[in-house]
Amino acid sequence: MNIQFHLNDTTVELSNFSPDLTLLDYLRLERGMTGSKEGCAEGDCGACTVLVGRLNSCGELTYESVNGCIRFMGSLNACHIVTIEHLRGKDGELHPVQQAMVDCHGSQCGFCTPGFIMSLYGLWLSNPTPSREEVEQALQGNLCRCTGYAPILRAMDVISKNADAKSDPLYQERERIKAALSHMEQQDDITIHHAKGDTLIPKDSQSLAKMLDANPNATIIAGSTDVGLWVSKHMKDIAPIIFINHLKDLQTIEDTDSHLKLGAGVTYSDAQTAILDNFPQLQDLFFRIGGQQVRNMGTIGGNIANGSPIGDTPPPLITLGASVELESVAGTRSLPLEEFFIEYGKQDRARNEFVKSITIPKLAENEILTCYKISKRKDEDISALCWAIWVRLDGELIADIRIAMGGMAGTPKRATAVETALKANPFTLDTCEAAMDAFEQDYAPLSDWRASSDYRMLVSKNLLKRFYLEQSGGSLVQLGDCK
Amino acid sequence: MSKITRHDSAHKHVAGTSTYSDDIILPENTLHAYAGLSTCANGTITSKDFTAVLDMAGVVDVLHADNLPRNIDLSPTGQNDEPLFAKDKVEFYGQPIFAVIAKTRDIARRAAQLAEITYNEASNAIDVLDAEAQNYPNVTAPLTLQRGDVDSAMQNAPHKLEGEMRIGGQDHFYLEGQIAIAIPGEDDDLTIYTSTQHPSEAQHMVAHALDIPFSSITTKVRRMGGGFGGKESQSNFFAVVTGISAHKHRVPVKMRPDRDDDMISTGKRHDFVARYKIGFDDKGVIQAVDGNFLARCGYTSDLSGPVTDRSLFHADSSYYYENVRLQSHPLKTNTVSNTAFRGFGGPQGMLAGERFIEEIAYALGEDPLTIRKRNFYGTDDRNITPYHQVLCDNISAKIVDELEDSSEYQKRREAIIEFNKQNPILKKGIALTPVKFGISFTATWYNQAGALVHVYKDGSIALNHGGTEMGQGLFTKVAQVVAEEFSVDVECVKITETTTDKVPNTSATAASSGSDLNGMAALDAAQKIKARLINFACEKYQVTSDQVTFENNHILIGNEKIPFGDFTASAYMERVQLSDTGFYKTPEIHWNRETGRGNPFYYFAYGASCSEVIIDSLTGEYKISRVDILHDVGSSLNAELDIGQIEGGFIQGMGWLTTEELWWDDKGRLRTHAPSTYKIPLASDIPDEFNVKLATWSKNVKPTIKRSKAVGEPPFMLANSVLEALSMAVASHKNYKVCPSLNAPATPEEVLMAIERLNKG
Repeated sequence: MNIQFHLNDTTVELSNFSPDLTLLDYLRLERGMTGSKEGCAEGDCGACTVLVGRLNSCGELTYESVNGCIRFMGSLNACHIVTIEHLRGKDGELHPVQQAMVDCHGSQCGFCTPGFIMSLYGLWLSNPTPSREEVEQALQGNLCRCTGYAPILRAMDVISKNADAKSDPLYQERERIKAALSHMEQQDDITIHHAKGDTLIPKDSQSLAKMLDANPNATIIAGSTDVGLWVSKHMKDIAPIIFINHLKDLQTIEDTDSHLKLGAGVTYSDAQTAILDNFPQLQDLFFRIGGQQVRNMGTIGGNIANGSPIGDTPPPLITLGASVELESVAGTRSLPLEEFFIEYGKQDRARNEFVKSITIPKLAENEILTCYKISKRKDEDISALCWAIWVRLDGELIADIRIAMGGMAGTPKRATAVETALKANPFTLDTCEAAMDAFEQDYAPLSDWRASSDYRMLVSKNLLKRFYLEQSGGSLVQLGDCK
Repeated sequence: MSKITRHDSAHKHVAGTSTYSDDIILPENTLHAYAGLSTCANGTITSKDFTAVLDMAGVVDVLHADNLPRNIDLSPTGQNDEPLFAKDKVEFYGQPIFAVIAKTRDIARRAAQLAEITYNEASNAIDVLDAEAQNYPNVTAPLTLQRGDVDSAMQNAPHKLEGEMRIGGQDHFYLEGQIAIAIPGEDDDLTIYTSTQHPSEAQHMVAHALDIPFSSITTKVRRMGGGFGGKESQSNFFAVVTGISAHKHRVPVKMRPDRDDDMISTGKRHDFVARYKIGFDDKGVIQAVDGNFLARCGYTSDLSGPVTDRSLFHADSSYYYENVRLQSHPLKTNTVSNTAFRGFGGPQGMLAGERFIEEIAYALGEDPLTIRKRNFYGTDDRNITPYHQVLCDNISAKIVDELEDSSEYQKRREAIIEFNKQNPILKKGIALTPVKFGISFTATWYNQAGALVHVYKDGSIALNHGGTEMGQGLFTKVAQVVAEEFSVDVECVKITETTTDKVPNTSATAASSGSDLNGMAALDAAQKIKARLINFACEKYQVTSDQVTFENNHILIGNEKIPFGDFTASAYMERVQLSDTGFYKTPEIHWNRETGRGNPFYYFAYGASCSEVIIDSLTGEYKISRVDILHDVGSSLNAELDIGQIEGGFIQGMGWLTTEELWWDDKGRLRTHAPSTYKIPLASDIPDEFNVKLATWSKNVKPTIKRSKAVGEPPFMLANSVLEALSMAVASHKNYKVCPSLNAPATPEEVLMAIERLNKG
């Protein structure tokens, strides 16, 4: 068996490949396409950025920037991979995105440049006249050590002014590629055998349940933004791998009056509109999760399923009272998300189960949600701590409250002592200040390279004060308030 | 000279067609090397068992200290303190112990995990203060700079204060990691493609390792994906391992570490603890400075001697110290051996110098800028540095005045003080700091360069010199110099890779010296050829030399206008030599380290920056709202490239002082060893408003290439104003009466903890 995909303007059928073969190694080592670079092999520098076009659950062809270094080949069936080599015209003339970078002196050593070009290109295809904030968001996953970024931001202005997205080949060839990819979409399960182990690509979630039941040691991969590093950094043997990123029946978004239900395979980028429309309070946090490439690949289901104590979605989801749905051949079951996290490295998931969906109750009018992420660097950094609060007010009174934090314990964890200190009290600065010390009963955080224990504790307390000040609307309390 | 000329490789960068070492197509039989690293910070090796490594399919060899043909040492300063592989003792967590040679990189990397090394672990000193407490030795001889009578001046000063500042290190985070490929040729010949700022040193190291003449080894580098000092000596390990294994197995060998191993096993910027006593008068004029600079050097000397020397050379920042004693303490630690990094110790010294000013200003309740101006070097008096060099090109005051004006510093400072009164949580700060950076290698013999220029019959020109291209645009600038000399388009000058078989005995491309040295050497070569062409024109057309001019790709001889290529073709037919070498050595410089006296610098580059920040006093988070820069590059060779160096240098410096934190655990493991844990600035970290200008009125007083000034390192230190602006925002919590002693890097945690210290103190 094989997978099929489009690489620039070539159709490729790939069989007998290693289950952990990355897209970047495939391009550089097997195809000799050296335009995409390896800078970090962990999805943090963006030098390997390429675009992947796919038919989304609505059948639309979308191109998204991804990190080739942690993207596995097995996840690319029926995709269009677009690399830096594809951008120049037939007679070698530069694409307007490339020309603008030349004209603005956007490269110095040039090693990060192909990755930047691909990120800018991906942005421009979907948003030809982005704001500076949007450009910065699109470039969160690209590091440059030479230029200081200023000329790259100037280049995007030039691109917006000079280039017409409709004249771009990817735009013009849309229908043809769409048809080709649609033709490649799998009808049956795909299994690819290799000396290093099997690649399993189920055709739907039912097949996934069966495959997982038959291969309880399999590694499930959706976005590979975490598991990719097990291979690239830890050289871990993770076969057999079951890829689920393509499963349309895990990519459903159900938006009702009472709740938002996200399929486990919905990427951050695909969930963006639904999440931010329903929970605009999560806007700041949302764009501080990974970089654009990671948001394009990673899923909220994966962020939960991997059980990390520093994932950024569990704290707000726990405070919102979200539940998680698990499925196996035996059927489905649901449990509160909070209970899914048992201890560090251990979740309430049987080996033959997979995370199917997350259901998030919507906010009532008297309910407040706020989330703060604290990290060394603002963007594309792992949280030192992630602080989330949900409050139901009854007049002046705190009728109900949930506080959950990441980065403070072995799992995303509720601050029950603080909640108790606040509950049934009037929502005042005095109440909050009096409750601050209770964080010490709830958490005994670690000191590590992201923050010291003292800092984590002090900030946990201070953020309660920030929350109050913000809600009471007095002085400026966040950097974002001050334009 | 300063017309817009793009980086010579810009179009290849954006197309993905510029070739880096990792992109070179390899011969089919190429083997791959991967290093095995120590997992003990300090101790003796009790056993090494490579059985499992050698048993792995695809493994060809394991090189380690016990099977090398001779002792191989990598010390770039001849101190013989840096063995290629640890033999009996290990001195840092991550020290190379062996290298696996295998059929693929993946096999070599996996096999390297299978070695069984056991240790007898001893106690360690990771931090510089640990090293001090445990009486660890210096890795190299310390330096003292002294002038005047410090002790009595300190005693008599109306005001005295003392303090201590921690100044963090920094990983280079070149986007392209270390890499080398060695390809054997005839006899003992080896060609080594490697990403290095110092091809000659790589050549010498490999030759020494194999005990063969330098002439057998050729090192080549077309471009690096960034260097910043991290590929001056640190690249040698990879060149030597590939060199000796290719020589041994008679096949090409390539070595490219993973980013984590690169960051763990190669050196970084030295972090410092600066301890100081300052005596000053009521006006804040400094009367005495007594400074001690303790540096975490790591387990060997590497370049720590010249780095710590340079920190002392710049501890005066832009200020005159009437009585001064500065001492370096290059301490050994159980960490990777620290190395060159843009500024080479200068930034650490200069940052301490700015802290002195800040301390005085807060003690006297004055604006630090006022104190700065009172302490600036004079032009005719108060102009002697702690190393007894007389400053003869001082433009600090003019630069600072101009920037103070254009940035509206005073108005904004007033508004900020008002803002801070109104806002309990968000606090703003502003600071304007100067830069004065000495240009020349302090190792005087390094200040030489060679070049080779060929003019072909068709008039096309090939240019080669000893400088390396790491993104700074050196190749472009030197090509511009040659093109201008012949009055041809810069496109007529073919830029060729740096290779030790064309220009020998080169210096590292470092110390900002690239265009100063190589530009002059290339000019020398071009001038020799041009003189012959003029001679030939005079003879052939029977004119005098003043009737021969080069203009717009032509040669004008009397009334004749001949295309350059036609003229060179006819010169060839008349047997005119159309190729030549050029040479340059920097005049006037000398330095006596024993006496601490001399003229180590040919000239100084100046600049100033004004940064405004806003901090959140509940979390320590901050953002940089606005930065204005005025920088001196003399008469610019290429304004666009220079501005690129300034913007990029500033942001790199900002990273050093803000989010870039190196963190070792108590076992000596570097835990910030990849971009996921080590945070260099992103596009969203740069100032909201970023105004960068060249001081276009400046000309180098020294006859450098086209009267330009070096630009690689000086702008890095423009970022000092960011730290000081953060400091002001913190100081607002005590009404600017106490210097907050903010350490670098000022992570959000450090900012919040500085506020805590102020509030508790």
